[in-house]
Amino acid sequence: MRGATNAGWAACAVAVALAATACGGGGDSGGDGGAVLSSSWTDPQNPLEPANTNEVQGGKVLSMIFRGLKQYDPKTGEAEDMLAERIETSDSRNYTVTVKDGWTFSNGEKVTAKSFVDAWNYGASLRNNQKNAYFFSYIEGYDKVHPAKGEQTAETMSGLKVTGERTFTVRLRQKFSSFPDTLGYNAFVPLPRAFYEDHAGWLAKPVGNGPYAVESYTKGSEMRLTKWDAYPGEDAARNGGVTLKVYTDNNTAYTDLMAGNLDLVDDVPAQQLKNVANDLGDRYLNTPAGIIQTLAFPFYDKNWNKAGSVKVRKGLSRAINREQITDTIFQKTRTPATDWTSPVLGADGGYKEGLCGEWCEYDAAAAKKLIEEGGGLPGGQVKITYNADTGSHKLWVDAVCNSINNALDNDRACVGNPIGTFADFRSKSTTQKLSGPFRAGWQMDYPLTQNFLQPLYYTNASSNDGKWSSEEFDRLVDRANAETDPAKAVEMFQKAEEVVRDNMAAIPLWYQNGSAGWSERLSNVALNPFSVPVYDQIKVG
Amino acid sequence: MGRYVVRRLVQMVPVFIGSTLLIFLMVNVMGDPVAGLCGDRQCDAATAAQLKKEFGLDQPVWQQYLTYMGNVFTGDFGTAFNGQEVTELMSTAFPVTIRLTIVAILFEVVIGITLGVVTGLRRGRPIDTGVLLFTLVVISVPTFVTGLLLQLMLGVERDWIRPSVSTEAPFDELIVPGLVLASVSLAYITRLTRTSIAENRRSDYVRTAIAKGLPRHRVVTRHLLRNSLIPVVTFIGADIGFLMGGAIVTERIFNIHGVGYQLYQGILRQNTQTVVGFVTVLVLVFLLCNLVVDLLYAVLDPRIRYA
Repeated sequence: MRGATNAGWAACAVAVALAATACGGGGDSGGDGGAVLSSSWTDPQNPLEPANTNEVQGGKVLSMIFRGLKQYDPKTGEAEDMLAERIETSDSRNYTVTVKDGWTFSNGEKVTAKSFVDAWNYGASLRNNQKNAYFFSYIEGYDKVHPAKGEQTAETMSGLKVTGERTFTVRLRQKFSSFPDTLGYNAFVPLPRAFYEDHAGWLAKPVGNGPYAVESYTKGSEMRLTKWDAYPGEDAARNGGVTLKVYTDNNTAYTDLMAGNLDLVDDVPAQQLKNVANDLGDRYLNTPAGIIQTLAFPFYDKNWNKAGSVKVRKGLSRAINREQITDTIFQKTRTPATDWTSPVLGADGGYKEGLCGEWCEYDAAAAKKLIEEGGGLPGGQVKITYNADTGSHKLWVDAVCNSINNALDNDRACVGNPIGTFADFRSKSTTQKLSGPFRAGWQMDYPLTQNFLQPLYYTNASSNDGKWSSEEFDRLVDRANAETDPAKAVEMFQKAEEVVRDNMAAIPLWYQNGSAGWSERLSNVALNPFSVPVYDQIKVG
Repeated sequence: MGRYVVRRLVQMVPVFIGSTLLIFLMVNVMGDPVAGLCGDRQCDAATAAQLKKEFGLDQPVWQQYLTYMGNVFTGDFGTAFNGQEVTELMSTAFPVTIRLTIVAILFEVVIGITLGVVTGLRRGRPIDTGVLLFTLVVISVPTFVTGLLLQLMLGVERDWIRPSVSTEAPFDELIVPGLVLASVSLAYITRLTRTSIAENRRSDYVRTAIAKGLPRHRVVTRHLLRNSLIPVVTFIGADIGFLMGGAIVTERIFNIHGVGYQLYQGILRQNTQTVVGFVTVLVLVFLLCNLVVDLLYAVLDPRIRYA
């Protein structure tokens, strides 16, 4: 099928090049700032509320219609003040936030300190079922509004106080110096009164304070966003609006891009990667995103938690030929991992190339030796568990197993163990029902080293599904969080990361790239560190 | 006739209950749907418990089923995980798929039966061999290949159609997807009609009709075709149900947000309410189609009577 259509794709690229201006997008084709572009989208899984959205597709919309206290720079990932005039602290525990003057929601309501405090209290409250509620868990009084068991005993968090129209104070449960940097996350945006007063109406047509306003929203098929002309920020939209179209299959979206019916695809399907250079030329982007894939281990299983297990895990890591797999299977859209964070953090932000050292380098002989020294594979075989429904995980799991089998000279050393649906896979991995390594992916919430380490490896942390635990690691993380000097905090986090390495708590596989392809109408397309297009900067025509 | 219809309707009740129960159990053994809702991060225990309570997942399965069926009879199909009522999903998905099915059935009836009659009357001639070969090719090529190829040839290379169908999914955009959806059934209908016509052509009543000196078109349409349609009608009746539920592949290729898409999403996200709701309606469609087919027999062949 693919081979037969290659010529077709090449031919149609030319056709599209000629026809693109005539049939693109559905907006007016004049080269002004008023033209609308169309972009592929997938229906969000959860209701579209800031504290309830935990996947990229819903987050994409929130980042278009909301602005929070901080905003992550699309290039560097650095947290910069947006609505925050100042965030002050003297002890890394009590913060005073001053909100900038002159900001309103697109319905005219003023953005005040109360807009933030109410939104955060809403997000944290157990009664509202918000899936990102734990983002507020650093704030004092969280355990009263969101107890681990039983009914909530307070309406609001005691650590949040409105002290003026534009000022409020935050008291944390413990020292956390990078707390201000987390405030660029979507869960922390302010909400207008309409959100509480007419909740259903708000969900049908969300109102925010960002560069775009929702014009219409047909659930499951399309959302039309238009530029909000009265937007007070500096990052006002440079196009007239964005139409997000829901696609059932990203292959269809790509075909539509080829035919000139769509302007932007932010997820080029794996099957098309071979043709993409031919089809799009330089209208294709493939840059690292804050996503790392690893193999996690069930430390609750005593087979994986005995004396020689570290050597076995290190041996497995050395038996995986990352270069070859990322080249052949992923067409270089992944980069072999050499630490447990992501290159988007930058060297100052905590990414340290090569921290994994020789343990992430392919060496069949060393791998075999290490595994033998460690007492061999538990039960003579490893089964890598993954969900088979999305993400073409089968392809790379089979390749990893192949690599391990070749290195160990044993056809049965490693096999894949597919599970039908993502939900079932998650329910098995979160309830500790797996007996071998399993795929683990981590997409960062905010560009901080802390976010790559604490949720995954801290004792009993929210995403520590393998139940790994190390007192030394926990202590280093606590110290890093309390550290007020960012450079020293990063240094401390890297020490903690070395503990992860020395124990091989998880095998780092590769960093994932974000990809995008676009029509000739567009220019200035970029992906931010979360692999979401920077819509407001795109120029049409 | 009236009693027959009532008896058939009563028979539907156990079939309906049985099939919904089966689907309900099948979706439920897939495990805990809440686990998938929080993405790659675990839902905190309190939120997970709260969500389970809200969707009624903390009850035993039999109780969930009873509550569910109780609600269904009052027209409440529950809420999908994204906060939308399942009835709302149905009201957007079913019209689209019904339109797609109508297009497909029209293709089947018009092209399929015409080709069948033509070839059945000209057995062994070049046109017969040609159509036989053609239908064999259509049957053996999988739908997704036909779909993707047509999409590429007509949508990208030629720009005659849009490769993806818009939200409103009007009839004219559904012509090509409808043809793709109909293709395999169309080929079967051609072959069924052909065989049936060829067989009945030699029967006594056709010879009598010809001997009476009736015009040829009257012999073919009133005598020959009407009796030959019984197996074809049976096939089309069953096909309506299959087309509505089984349009997943076609709907995916052409980005049609119909029943197939909703079912696929529902299964991927393990959304019990969506899956069971849509399947319940599809079961009803199947049952009603079968009833209509059985009643049509009497219209086509008066010798068939219902006690």
